[in-house]
Amino acid sequence: MAEYNMHILVCGGTGCMASQSELIQTNFKNKLNEYGLADEIQVILTGCFGFCEKGPIVKILPDNTFYTRVTPEDVPEIVDEHIIKGRKLERLLYLNPETNERIGDSKGMDFYKKQIRIALRNCGFINPENIEEYIARHGYSALGTCLSEKSPAEVIRMVKDSGLRGRGGGGFPTGLKWELTRKSFSDQKYVVCNADEGDPGAFMDRSILEGDPHSVLEAMAICGFCIGADKGLVYIRAEYPLAIERLKIAIGQAREYGLLGNDILGTGFNFDIEIRYGAGAFVCGEETALIHSMEGQRGEPTVKPPFPAEKGYNGKPTNVNNVETFANIPVIINKGAEWFASIGTEKSKGTKVFALAGNINNVGLIEVPMGITLREIIYDIGGGIKDGREFKAVQTGGPSGGCLTKSFLDTPIDYDNLVAAGSMMGSGGMIVLDDSSCMVAIAKFYLEFTLEESCGKCTPCRIGNKRLYEILEKITDGKGELEDLNRLRMLSNVIKDTSLCGLGQTSPNPVLSTLDNFYDEYLAHVNSSTCPAGQCKALVNYTIDADKCTGCTLCFRNCPVGAISGEKRGLHYIVQSLCIKCGVCFEKCKFDAVLIA
Amino acid sequence: MEMVNLIIDHKPVVVRKGSTVLEAASGIGIDIPTLCYMKLDDMNIENKPGGCRVCVVEVKGRRNLAPACCTEASEGMEISTHTIRVVNARRTVVELILSDHPAECLICAKSGNCDLQNMANHLGIRKIHYQGEHSVYREDTSPAIIREINKCIMCRRCETMCNDVQTIGVLSAVNRGFQAVVSPAFEMNLDHSVCTYCGQCVAVCPTGALTEVDETGAVIRALSDPSKTVIVQTAPAVRAALGEEFGMPAGTLVTGKMVAALRRLGFDYVFDTDFAADLTILEEGTELLNRLSAFMAGDQQVKLPILTSCCPAWVKFFEHHFPELKDIPSTARSPQQMFGSIAKTYFADKIGVKRENLVVVSIMPCLAKKYESSRPEFSVNGNPDVDFALSTRELAHLINLSNIDFKSLQNEDFDAPMGESTGAGVIFGTTGGVIEAAVRTAYEIFTGKQLPRLDFEELRGMDGLRKATIDFNGTPINIGIAHGLGNARKLLEEIQAGTSEFHAIEIMSCPGGCIGGGGQPYHHGDSEILKKRQRAIYSEDQNKTIRKSHENPYITKLYEEFLGAPLSEKSHHLLHTKYFDRS
Amino acid sequence: MNKIKTLADLKKLQSEVQSKIKLREKGDIPESLVQIKVSMATCGIASGAKETMTYLIEELDHQGIDALVTQTGCMGYCYAEPTIELTIPGKEPVVYGFVSRTKALEIIEKHIKLNELVDGIIPANYSSIDN
Repeated sequence: MAEYNMHILVCGGTGCMASQSELIQTNFKNKLNEYGLADEIQVILTGCFGFCEKGPIVKILPDNTFYTRVTPEDVPEIVDEHIIKGRKLERLLYLNPETNERIGDSKGMDFYKKQIRIALRNCGFINPENIEEYIARHGYSALGTCLSEKSPAEVIRMVKDSGLRGRGGGGFPTGLKWELTRKSFSDQKYVVCNADEGDPGAFMDRSILEGDPHSVLEAMAICGFCIGADKGLVYIRAEYPLAIERLKIAIGQAREYGLLGNDILGTGFNFDIEIRYGAGAFVCGEETALIHSMEGQRGEPTVKPPFPAEKGYNGKPTNVNNVETFANIPVIINKGAEWFASIGTEKSKGTKVFALAGNINNVGLIEVPMGITLREIIYDIGGGIKDGREFKAVQTGGPSGGCLTKSFLDTPIDYDNLVAAGSMMGSGGMIVLDDSSCMVAIAKFYLEFTLEESCGKCTPCRIGNKRLYEILEKITDGKGELEDLNRLRMLSNVIKDTSLCGLGQTSPNPVLSTLDNFYDEYLAHVNSSTCPAGQCKALVNYTIDADKCTGCTLCFRNCPVGAISGEKRGLHYIVQSLCIKCGVCFEKCKFDAVLIA
Repeated sequence: MEMVNLIIDHKPVVVRKGSTVLEAASGIGIDIPTLCYMKLDDMNIENKPGGCRVCVVEVKGRRNLAPACCTEASEGMEISTHTIRVVNARRTVVELILSDHPAECLICAKSGNCDLQNMANHLGIRKIHYQGEHSVYREDTSPAIIREINKCIMCRRCETMCNDVQTIGVLSAVNRGFQAVVSPAFEMNLDHSVCTYCGQCVAVCPTGALTEVDETGAVIRALSDPSKTVIVQTAPAVRAALGEEFGMPAGTLVTGKMVAALRRLGFDYVFDTDFAADLTILEEGTELLNRLSAFMAGDQQVKLPILTSCCPAWVKFFEHHFPELKDIPSTARSPQQMFGSIAKTYFADKIGVKRENLVVVSIMPCLAKKYESSRPEFSVNGNPDVDFALSTRELAHLINLSNIDFKSLQNEDFDAPMGESTGAGVIFGTTGGVIEAAVRTAYEIFTGKQLPRLDFEELRGMDGLRKATIDFNGTPINIGIAHGLGNARKLLEEIQAGTSEFHAIEIMSCPGGCIGGGGQPYHHGDSEILKKRQRAIYSEDQNKTIRKSHENPYITKLYEEFLGAPLSEKSHHLLHTKYFDRS
Repeated sequence: MNKIKTLADLKKLQSEVQSKIKLREKGDIPESLVQIKVSMATCGIASGAKETMTYLIEELDHQGIDALVTQTGCMGYCYAEPTIELTIPGKEPVVYGFVSRTKALEIIEKHIKLNELVDGIIPANYSSIDN
C-alpha cells in the first residue's frame, strides 16, 4: 500500500460540486502527475465541510491548511507554492473579518470553534466512496460490537440512556421508538431511513449521505439487530442524485465486505438495505405518508395510531428514523451513552446539525451542541448579519416552525425551549432575517410552501391554509382590515387543532409566531397601509430625492419599464403609474437618491 | 372479549376493545356528526380516511382534537363532543368546505339529498367567514355518470367504492394541496377509463360531484310526441326502493303505485322487466343445461362455469380485465335488452307500430344500464332497442314533476303481454336471485321432476361471496355467487388459475345486487336499507302465484308465436350477444 | 476483497487501513503531537532535506512515536540547511540547522524522547515560522 505523505481534501458536497470542485480535483491530479508526485500526494473528494459560504473548500493535510473559494484556476499555484515550495497561499486562506488576519487552520475560525461534529464527524474528512476510510475511522465496529457482544435490549438501553431524540423534527426519543418496534410481534419488520428532507433551505441529511453514507447504513443495521428486522429501506428524494450515487456505492461496498447481507460478521444476523425513491413531496417526510409512498400508494398520511411501530410498511412493524438520527448511533455505541448524554441540555442530548442560511455572513452547515444560544450561532459561528444590517429574527423549523426575535437570542437551543418560544427544532433549517425582511411576507412565503406541499387530504390543511394565505395576500396587498388579524389567528388555531398530520398541525406556526412577535408590523400593513421593511410592493412607492439626484441617468438606463424620466445632469423623476416597483433604480443609484416610502 | 371503559360527555361507556370513539358515543345516544365517514355494516365496506375533520372531539390530555371516526376508544379516555372548542372547530371546518364549494344548492341535482347541505344546516351555519378562490375543474360527462368535480369535497367515499370494493381503481386522489381532487388518472375522462359505470361512486357521493346523466327531459319529449308510442319497463329492484323517494319506509313494495304513476305519466304501455327476466332464465338456463350436459358427457371443449350476464357493469368489467374469459359468460342479453329487442320486433308488430315510432323507456336501479342501452350492438339501423334508461331517482323526479301524489295512488296492474312475470323474475333484483331463478327452472328441465321446494335459502344473504351445492336429483351442482366486483374478481382469478369448483356463478356488480344499484334512492351509508329492500323483493316473490320462469304463460306464448324455442336461431339473433376485448 | 467474517477480521482490517488516514487525523490535531517542519525550499532540497524528511518519517513511525512531519518553505537559514523546526506539545518551537540523518536520530533520541536539547539550535526570535 502506497504511503502518501500529503492528502489534499477537496469538498465534494453538492454545493461545492456546483462550483466545479470536481474539476479542482482533476486539476490537482493532473498537476501532481506532471510533477511526478501522484504517488506521494493523494487527492480525495470528500463530503461537505460545512463552510459553504466559502466553498469550494480545499484542505491540505498534514499541513492543516484550509483554502477557501478555490477555483480550478487556482490549482497550479497551490501546487507550485504550497506543495512544492511549502509556502501557504495567503490569498486563499480564510480572512478573519474581525482581525483582518488570514487563518490557515480551520479550528482557528469562529465558524468552527463552537462546533462539535458527531453526525458530521466524517464529512469533509474521508472519501465517502471508500469503505476502508470509514472502517479506518472505527466504522462498523459499533455494529460488530453490538452483534458480537451485546443483546438487542442492551443496545436499546444504550440508545435510550444516551437521550438521543429524533432529528427529523418531532424529537421523539429514538430508543423508545426502537423498543416499541421491538415489542411488536411479527414475522417481518423493517428499518426505514427517512431521507426525504424537504424544508426550504435544509440540506443536513443530504450532506450526511453525501459525506458519510456508511454511518447511516451501519446504524440501520444496528437498528435492525435491535428491533428484529432483516430489511432496511432508505427513502430518498430523487432530487438528490449525488447522495443516491454515494449511497449506492456504499451499499455495494458494504455488501462486498460482508457488512450487509447474510450472516454478518459470522453472527448469523442478516440485514440488507434497498433504496426507494420519492418524488420530493414534503408531506412524505411524515412517516405514514412516507410508508404509503414506498408501498406505491399516494403519499398521504393516515391517522395514527396505528403507529408504524405496530403497522407500517406492508402492514408490518416499521421503525422510521431520519438520516441525522441514524448518523449519531455508531458514535453512541462506540463512545458510550454517558459520553453522548454529557453533551447538550437536560432533555435534549448531543448535537444538532443546522443549515444556516439567510442574511448572514457565514452560510453553511453547522453542528452544534444542544444548549448553544442563537447569539452564538448567529454572531460567532455565522459571523453576524450581512452588510452590517440589523438582526431581526431567525426562522427555525422550516414551514412548521416560527420566527424567534432578539429577545430569544440568549435562549439555549433545544427541543423544548424552541417549542416554548413558539417555534420548533424541525429538521434543522435556520434562516436568519435582517431588518429588510417583512415578517408578513415571510409568513406568506412559508405558507405558500405548505400550500404547494399539502397532500390535500384533510379539510383544514387543504382549504384552511389556502384561506390563510389569501388573508396574508390581502394584507400584503394593502387591502387588509383589522378583523383579518383576528381571522388569521382564529383560523390558524383551528388548523392546528384539527389537521390530520404534522404538516397541517404546524403549518400556521409561521403565521402565529410572526403575529405574536411582530404584531406591530401587521398593524402597520392594515392600519396605515405601510410595509415597515419596504418589501410589500403594493405598499411602497419609489421616489427620487431632488437634493441627491445628480442626473447621472443610471436609474433611467436600468429601469425595465421606462418609468423614469429626466434630462442628463438634470433632476430625474419616477412616473408612478408606470413603475412596477422592481427596485432596480434603488439598487443602481450610487447617490442614495432613490427613496422607498 | 376485551372491554374498555371510557367517559363521553360525562357519561361512562363500556365498549368492545377496538371500537372507535364514534361507535362508543353512538352506543349511548351521542350522535357525533360525520361527513366523509361511511360504513355499510355487515358488508365489509368502510370509508374512514379521517379527512373531513367534522367529527373531531376533545380528548382529555391530547394536544389536538381527535377524529371520532378513526380514533380507537381506549381505557380511561375522557371525551367531550360539544365543547366550544369542538363546536368552533367543527363549524370552521364545514365553513372551509363551503368556502370552496359552488353555492348552487338551489339548482343542484343533489339538493335535498346532499350530506354537505344537511351538515351545514345541522350545524346552523349562516355565514361563511372565510371566503376566497374556488378550485375549478373541468366537468366530465360520460354515457352514464357526470363528474362535476368542483363539488368534490375529498371525502374519498367514491374512491373506496371504486378501488377497495369494486377493485376498478379508476377514481383516486390527484394533485396536491388546494388543487387536490378525486379523478381518473391524468384527469382523463371517465369514458376513456376502465370505468364500468356501476355507479357505486354516485351512490355514495355526499354532494353533487357525481350524478347520473339526466334523461328525464328526453322522456318527457317522447311522451308528448303524438307520433310516438312510448312503452316502459321497470326493473325488479325499482319497486322495492321507489317508495323511499316519497318518504315511505325502506322496504315498502310499491309495484302497484309505480304502475299507476307510470300510466299517469302517459306511457302507452306499462310493462315489466321481470317478464324479460323470465325470458332470460329460459335462454340462460337452457345454455347452462346444454353446457352441463355436454360437460357430463365428457366434452372437453365445453366451458364451465357458466357466468350470468345480466349486469352491464360486470360485462364491461370482464371485457376490460378478463378478456380471455369472454367465452365463459352466458351469451344471453340482459333482461333490459331482451325486453327492448322483443318490444321492437314482436310487440311492435303486434300493435302495428313501426320500430322508429316505438319508444322503449326503462326504469332501472342502475346507471350502467344507460351505457348498456347505448352499446352499438343493441341497436338496429341506429335505432336502439332501449331508447332511454332512467334511474329510480329520475323516475321519482318525473313523478314529482307531473304533480302526482304518489302515496295516495291506487295500485294498478302491468299491461299484458310483457307485464306478466313470475316470482323468479322478481328476485333478479337481489344478489342470489338470478341464480335461484335459474335453478328453479334448470332443475325441473334437467331432472324432469317438480321441485320439492322453491325457496333456496342457501343462495340468499348479503355475504359478498357465497357458495352452495344444489342436488339436481343425484347430480350435485356447485353454485357461486358474488356481488361487488372485488368479490367477482376473486372468482374470476380462480377460474383463470383453473381452481374454480363451480358449475354456475352469478355476478352482480353492486353490493346487494340491483337493490343497491347506483341509480337507487340514496342509502346514505345505511346497509339496513339494502336489507329491507331485499326482504321486500323476496316477499313479492312469495306472493306470486307462479314462481318459476318456465311456467310464465306469456313466455310460453312468446316462444310459440315468435321465437320457437330457447336458443333457436331467432333467439340467437334477438336475445343473445357477444363480448369484446377492451383491455 | 474477501468478506469480513468476524469482528476480529474487522478489527484487523481496521488497523491495516488506519494508516491510510493517519496522516489526516494527525494533521487535524497538530497541537497535541510532536511537530517537525522540514524546510523544503530549493536550498533545503539541494542540501538533502528530502532525505532527512523521509528518514524522520520512517524512524518516528518505526519507533511508534506519534509525530507530524510536514514540509515548509524557506526559513531563511540557507547557510544551515537542512533545517527543521521542532515543536513539542506545550513548548516553544526550536529550530535546528544542518540536520543530517545522524543529527535527526540524535534529535529523536534526546530531544523528542528525553526532552534534552541537542547541539545545533539556531537562535530564533519568532514565535512561529508561519508568520
